[in-house]
This record gives sequence, C-alpha cells and structure tokens, in this order.
Amino acid sequence: MDHSKIDIQHLNLFFADKQVLKNISLRIPAGKITALIGPSGCGKSTLLRSLNRMHDLSPQARLTGKVMLDNVNILHGNTNVVNLRRKVGMVFQKPNPFPKSIFDNIAYGLKINDLCSKQELPERVESSLRDSFLWEEVKDDLDKSALELSGGQQQRLCIARAIAVAPEVILMDEPCSALDPISTAKVEELMLRLREKYTLLIVTHNMQQAQRVADYTAFMYLGELIEFGETEQVFGAPGQELTRNYVEGHFG
Amino acid sequence: MTEGGIFPAIFGTTLVTLLSTLVAAPLGIGCAIYLNEYAADNIYTRLIRASIRNLAGVPSIVYGLFGVAIFVQWMGMGTSVLAAGCTLGLLTLPSVITTTEEALRNVPRLTREGAFALGATKWETVRTVVLPSAVPGILTGVILALSRAAGETAPILFTGVAFYTRYLPGSVFDTFMALPYHLYVLSTQHHAIEEIRPLAYATALTLILLVFLLNLTAFWVRSKYSNKYHMP
Repeated sequence: MDHSKIDIQHLNLFFADKQVLKNISLRIPAGKITALIGPSGCGKSTLLRSLNRMHDLSPQARLTGKVMLDNVNILHGNTNVVNLRRKVGMVFQKPNPFPKSIFDNIAYGLKINDLCSKQELPERVESSLRDSFLWEEVKDDLDKSALELSGGQQQRLCIARAIAVAPEVILMDEPCSALDPISTAKVEELMLRLREKYTLLIVTHNMQQAQRVADYTAFMYLGELIEFGETEQVFGAPGQELTRNYVEGHFG
Repeated sequence: MTEGGIFPAIFGTTLVTLLSTLVAAPLGIGCAIYLNEYAADNIYTRLIRASIRNLAGVPSIVYGLFGVAIFVQWMGMGTSVLAAGCTLGLLTLPSVITTTEEALRNVPRLTREGAFALGATKWETVRTVVLPSAVPGILTGVILALSRAAGETAPILFTGVAFYTRYLPGSVFDTFMALPYHLYVLSTQHHAIEEIRPLAYATALTLILLVFLLNLTAFWVRSKYSNKYHMP
C-alpha cells in the first residue's frame, strides 16, 4: 500500500435527518489516481465534497468522524477553510469558468490568495495553461471571454485554474460527464499527466474511465464504502458480491 | 413662464434624477446583496421581501407626502432638490432591490462554488464573481428605475419642485423646475391654456425623449456587457 495523503476515518454525513454517508473509512494514496464509483445517489459526490469542506455552504449538513489531510483533521472547527481549499482543489461536473477573460480565470486563485506578485502572474498563468495542454489553443486569445471556449476547453481551463494555485490534491466530480469523447480523451490524458505532481480523486459514472485512468478504485453503495483496492483487483477479482454485480453491469 | 425655454426644467429633472440614483443605487444594491447572499431564509427575511414588493406598489403621491414629513420637515432639508431627490430615491428603491436580487439569484450556484473551491471567502466571491456576473441585470434595473423617477410628478410636487424659478438651482438646497411638473402647469394652470398648447406638447415630447434616451442607455449597457463576458 502506498503512503496515504488523505485518511478518512469513520466519516458520517447527515443532511437534516437523512444519513447520506455511513461510517466511511478510506485511505487515499498520495501521488495516485483514485476513482470513486457507484450508482447515482450512493454518496460519492457527497464524499468528495467533504474533503474540501464544500458542505460548509449547506447549513443543513452535519459531519462526524475525521478526515486527516497529512495527519491534520480538516473537519476540526478551527481549520482554515480558505487554506484547505487552496491545498485541495476541485473540478466540477460541468465546466464553470467565471465570466471573465481566460487570463483572469487562471489568475483568479493566485490573486485572491496573494500567491504571487503582479509581475509573476503572466508566467504562472502560462505554466498552468501549459500543464493542462491548453496553452497552444488559447495563447493568442488570453483576453477573450472564457465562455467563448468549447465545453472541453472550458473544462481544461477549470483544471488549469485549479492547478494554478499549486494544490496538493485535486478532486474531480465527474469531470467528463458533460464532454464529448474527444474532449474526454484529452481530459483523461491530462489526469494521467497530473498524477506526477498531484494526488487525484475522481468521481466517475464511467467504469471504463475508472479502468483507464485510476490506480485505485473505491466502490460505494447507498452511502457505504463497499470495497476499495487496486483498480485491476476491484474490476477483475472483486471481493464482494455487490461489487461484482455492479462492475459487471447488473445494476447501476 | 412661457419665455426663456425649458432648459431649467431639463436641468432640474436631470439633477433630481441623478440625486435619486445616488440614494437608491447604493442602498438598493447593498440591500439586495444582504437579502440574497447573507440573510438566512426565515420568516423575517420573507416578511421583509414581501414588504419591499408591496412598497413598489404604493402610489407615488404617498411617497410625496412621506417625503414632506421626513425629508422636508423632520430632517429640515426644506423644499429642495435634495429632499425631492431623496423622495424619488425612496420611490425607486423597491424596484432597484427587486431587480438586483433577481440578477444575483440568476448567477449559477456552480459559478459561486468555483470561487469558493479556489479559496475565496464569501465576500470575495460576492465581490469578484457574483457582482460582476450580475452587472448587466443590476444596471438595467437601476436605469429603468431612474427613467421612472425622471417622469414622476407627485413625489416632487411638495418636496422641491417650483412653479417657476428665474435661476438654475445653485445648491442642492434650492428649489428647481422639472419637466413633468412644468408640463402639468402648462396644461392646467396657465391663463391662456389654448394658446400655449404647442409649448405643452413640446415639453411632453422632450420628457418622452429624455426617458427614451435613458431606456436606450439601459439597452446599450446590457448588450455591451453581454457581448463582453457572457454567452452570446
């Protein structure tokens, strides 16, 4: 087992009275891609959003248990959420660029967190765009609105925006669900490249995608973690009946 | 009354409309930001929202009398551009709040979450992402409210408008002439109404053109911002 970056311990999550996550314990290996799979509504997106405390935005959400990021419990009340979100970046289900120029989109996180001087900005923006394979396509149009890009380019822009602030972990919530196959292939290629520098956690509906990119796979069902292991093992020789039925396509 | 043109009336209307915007825009936008972004959704905020909707429907003469009581007398502004501007500001406040809130509500949750996920605080998100996205909607609302203020007579009737002045207002504490009231005077209060009909019609046309111009500006502002950073 690789060294773990995030260690989730007995995590429960409630929305009002409804329990959405049930006693989840999971170690997410550092510098690897981990996929979260499972049928709709099984809590995989909810689990993902617990890791950068996005549930803080819903007053009804209540969490118990621990989420250790490098041995610090991020669910603790005096965690600096702004710092946490800088360390744990997120890419959403649909591309959500800001209604600003391409340049300003990438520079946003750097400016808001005061991460570099004004002179350094162009350089940082360029390197983030290069890292997300977008530079060649947009280098002459940095002043254009990000909303004029295609869906696939927008999603890579969102990835570039996330990596601009140099996070340690990147969470991706079904990042390809709104994209065509060619854009999806580009984003997957990008994920594999990002693995060299970051720890990735990806929610996906697409089991082929999980097998193509993920080193580890966690299968969730009805708010519980059913099985976690190396991707080949989870898909090839699942230890649980439920996992086998899901990966063989009997339900989901 | 019929000599010397209507420049004082155009000037007065422009001045009082600008003043009303200075009152209504910051207060209204601030109020909408609070209601939409910060206030908890409970019985009190719902009550406040309902009251604001109702205020938008209050007859303008009521605002006029309220203005006399509050601004002219209690706050001691006298009948002046300032008192009239404040009264018109109050009149347009509800619609500024409502349109701004609508514009803020239309900013997708996903866009906000994008900012939060990059480590922005609540206020940074509102200031750098939500407000800029809502600018076209907010500006349109403000300018439309402004054009309504320009055409109102009742609220300024007791608070500052003059039957006739020989000078332009030198400060905000002077009285002023305004197009809608000038039109009213020319159509009903003159000793030779029939003879000055053309003047009255010309005044009406000027007022309509002014309001039309403001609405055109609203339209232009909206399309300019839409082209720049919004989906075509």
